[in-house]
Amino acid sequence: MTESHFPQTPPRFSSTFDPYTVAEIQRAAATGIYDIRGGGTKRRVPNFDDLLFLGASMSRYPLEGYREKCSTDVVLGTRFAKKPIHLKIPVTIAGMSFGSLSANAKEALGRGATLAGTSTTTGDGGMTPEERGQSQTLVYQYLPSRYGMNPDDLRKADAIEIVIGQGAKPGGGGMLLGQKISDRVAQMRNLPKGIDQRSACRHPDWTGADDLEIKILELREITDWQTPIYLKVGASRPYYDVALAVKAGADVVVLDGMQGGTAATQDVFIEHVGIPLLSAIRSAVQALQDLGMHRKVQLIVSGGIRTGADVAKALALGADAVAIGTGALIALGDNDPKWEAEYKALGSTAGAYDDWHEGRDPAGITTQNPALEARLDPVLAGRRLANYLSVLTLEAQTLARACGKSHVHNLEPEDLVALTIEAAAMARVPLAGTDWIPGQRF
Amino acid sequence: MRLFDLADLPVRDLNQLLHNLTPETNDTRWRIVNPEGEHNIAVGVDANINIEIDGHAGYFCGGMNKLARISISGNAGQGVGENMMSGAIHVQGDASQSAGATGRGGLLVIEGNASARCGISMKGIDIVVKGEVGHLSAFMGQSGRLVVFGDAGEALGDSLYEAHLYVRGNVASLGADCVEKELRDEHRAELHTLLEQAGEAGKVDVSSFRRYGSARALYNFHVDNAGAY
Repeated sequence: MTESHFPQTPPRFSSTFDPYTVAEIQRAAATGIYDIRGGGTKRRVPNFDDLLFLGASMSRYPLEGYREKCSTDVVLGTRFAKKPIHLKIPVTIAGMSFGSLSANAKEALGRGATLAGTSTTTGDGGMTPEERGQSQTLVYQYLPSRYGMNPDDLRKADAIEIVIGQGAKPGGGGMLLGQKISDRVAQMRNLPKGIDQRSACRHPDWTGADDLEIKILELREITDWQTPIYLKVGASRPYYDVALAVKAGADVVVLDGMQGGTAATQDVFIEHVGIPLLSAIRSAVQALQDLGMHRKVQLIVSGGIRTGADVAKALALGADAVAIGTGALIALGDNDPKWEAEYKALGSTAGAYDDWHEGRDPAGITTQNPALEARLDPVLAGRRLANYLSVLTLEAQTLARACGKSHVHNLEPEDLVALTIEAAAMARVPLAGTDWIPGQRF
Repeated sequence: MRLFDLADLPVRDLNQLLHNLTPETNDTRWRIVNPEGEHNIAVGVDANINIEIDGHAGYFCGGMNKLARISISGNAGQGVGENMMSGAIHVQGDASQSAGATGRGGLLVIEGNASARCGISMKGIDIVVKGEVGHLSAFMGQSGRLVVFGDAGEALGDSLYEAHLYVRGNVASLGADCVEKELRDEHRAELHTLLEQAGEAGKVDVSSFRRYGSARALYNFHVDNAGAY
């Protein structure tokens, strides 16, 4: 027998230095710069898939599907604002800027949200007339950069969202790279065309929760106490952040988990800072309950919401509403396989494309290139978003009826169990088939 | 002259009265007494009126102002004239940090000193400080002019965009991408016009100022500049 007949083992990749890691080291060595991309965390983190609804049977009474009403409306901003927001569904559209997104994409988000009876949100870059015109309920973000901020738009807003941070990068600012700075974007941001536009990570005129309390009062004074004021935080220390938000005088707290997307940030930041939404909601709700403010200060959660099951589980854990960003972009047409040849040419593939910062999006969403932007029909895309929002709502209602609830807000932690010990500990519900909540009962 | 006494009625009542003014109003002169450091005095005003505040103002006085000319006889707290769009604010005393932050237009004159972050993220406002300014002033300043008669603290103009900075005294240090530039005739003319608007024309020699602006080396990210961040 010759040596060539010995059995051969197949090539074995290291678990530590797996092919992706090896390629990243090679890329880093070749370029000398970290990887920047859009979107949220791509690795698996504990999420709502690790929870199940128990449903009704002998000890609980279900509601009849297609017959018995299960309401989905939500009112936001009841604490101080004279004009709280009334939404038909508990799913809102998260803040995304004109600049990072095309004007057509922003218009489509407004159209879809309005058809579905919910709100959409501006982003870092100010309010565009297209967006205000097509959005029945528009939340105006108040960010550290204050790009495009002015009192007239502030008074046109249905709610104001002070952004402290976002789930993709708690503690980080932003950068809109020069290639996306068109004449219009530059003009709205008071900066020359074509240069990188940085968004600071801290607000310029207040520091800490005591100052923020006065800042919130200023915005209330300017808007004559009409407009609800939200406070958005990235999930990191949700108990204390939510408690401070209540202390500072917020009407609504928006809590964004690490699966929440961004227009452009370092991959290392997206993947290694912040905590998953699943692990953040109960702490946030606990803070509200400890202060006697649960349901009085409303809680909107976001970061990786994909399905009506995710919506229902977030509400069952104590949220009043959810917000979607990445899911909404996919509904508009982001990562559509019909552009596969172009994704390939950009070194990506449909479903994985995340170079949103480069402004070359084949789907015409994360771009300021007029030819690419023209590919997105805002009316059709808005319709797709409305369809998706309808499915999310119908799915959440289905699950709520199965648990015997006449309003999706009546869902509660008692309706849930967890499939993993990690999810049981994070969501503070029992491991399925047991009465064990890690850290609470032994 | 309308008199409003903050010892008798809250700031909310004052701001509502000011917001209710129409362009045809005859109430073009207001005097506010007993401010006692109250926050958010005369914020969000959009009227061509004169407002005299007789004493010290707290945070965000004149915030987001449009058209109004506001005079504060005492000191001003944090964020005086923040995000102001137009009009003028005159502080007779000192101003706390973030004076004129993100201001888009109008003129802010501070007779005394301004603390840290004066003109932070300024977007078109003109600021004249007759005393000194603290550290990180004009941080990320995008446009507009900051004129300082006295000294400037550490990291002046850090990450500066296109704002013009003029300082007559010493600068403790310059921030990233901020450099001294030649003071040419067009800058002397710009300074002269600005000082005229501030009521200071002829009182100081415009040639005694030094000009600072952006080196524009950090306008587009490049890994070779990583040490500057």
